[in-house]
Amino acid sequence: MMTASIAGDEGAYRWLLEDIGRSVRAMARAAFARAGVGDADIEDAVQETLLAIHLKRHTWDAGQPLAPWVYAIARHKVVDALRRRGRRRAEPLENFEEFLAAPEAEDPHALSDARKLLETLAPRQRDIVTSISLDGQSIAATAKRLSMSEVAVRVALHRALKALGAAWRRSVA
Amino acid sequence: MRTSELIAALSADPIPEPIRLGRRVAVALVIGLVGALVIYALICGPRPHFDEWLRTVRFDLKFVDSFAFALPALLLTLRLARPDARPRALALWLIAPLVLLAASVVGELIVVPRDEWLSRLVGQNSMFCMMAIPLMAAPILAALIVALRAGAPLHPALTGAMAGAAAAGLSALLYASHCPDDSPLFVATWYPLATFICVGVGALAGQRFLAW
Repeated sequence: MMTASIAGDEGAYRWLLEDIGRSVRAMARAAFARAGVGDADIEDAVQETLLAIHLKRHTWDAGQPLAPWVYAIARHKVVDALRRRGRRRAEPLENFEEFLAAPEAEDPHALSDARKLLETLAPRQRDIVTSISLDGQSIAATAKRLSMSEVAVRVALHRALKALGAAWRRSVA
Repeated sequence: MRTSELIAALSADPIPEPIRLGRRVAVALVIGLVGALVIYALICGPRPHFDEWLRTVRFDLKFVDSFAFALPALLLTLRLARPDARPRALALWLIAPLVLLAASVVGELIVVPRDEWLSRLVGQNSMFCMMAIPLMAAPILAALIVALRAGAPLHPALTGAMAGAAAAGLSALLYASHCPDDSPLFVATWYPLATFICVGVGALAGQRFLAW
């Protein structure tokens, strides 16, 4: 699945990210509960993990199983999120397979900090991300509306996501 | 923003060209080594009668030792750059150069009379060694850190430190051809000290530039 995604199969990739998102959400919830921290930031942790997975997907070696790689990143990000909440040493649960088996759907009311971070992007980048994510437009439609080429929109989107990842890290530090 | 909305943005963004970390590091290594060679040419150059010295055990041991340190450090750096790394088995190889160094020190202590130990340890230009190794390691370390930014190390400081160790090992490999002190007593004292400087700088650089 990841192989197909890296090869550019958009549908497969979206399906995979949603699947990973559900497992990470279950893991984050368990880790937050164990650390005695409220649920408020779970969706942030999930989104930060997904963004990290997206931006670092080339570090996955196609010859290796995907789950340990995903788990390592998720654990890293969830521990980060807990540390931010004042937990010095946070141990998320060990067994990722558990969460693969017990995925959790997204709470439709849970909004994250990402929107705040969007404000830090350049206007054109923000416009493109908003158009594709919040308004659900396609690359082609966005390109047409902004009278840009599709390639330019793709490049701008990629840069915007990278900038978003960097902004997220700065907001943490 | 909802997670499903973020996913929509992510899945609309396929990477046009996959990044190959190994290749990036290899390129960085070439660039860094060129930089190190330039510094080497400027401040040291090979020792006179280089080929004759090659036939002495003490001289050759310096290269073997540096290489035995640089190689596992470099491979370990590459491995640490991946989030699902399992570096333990590889890390054991770092013991090999230490054992080799310790054995050569013992050998030297047996062969050389006691009253020469100190003068051999102090050597002729330990301060230059302490300066030259980190100086030549600097371009290698810098290039490695830039390349490793594409990686995803779970322990940025450790990864940076290991890059510093690899850079120091390669730098020592070059420097050994200039260094007029061949005694293992000298090598075991000053080379590791110079390496520690590089490891420390690498750890700081990793902390600063490799976190993600």
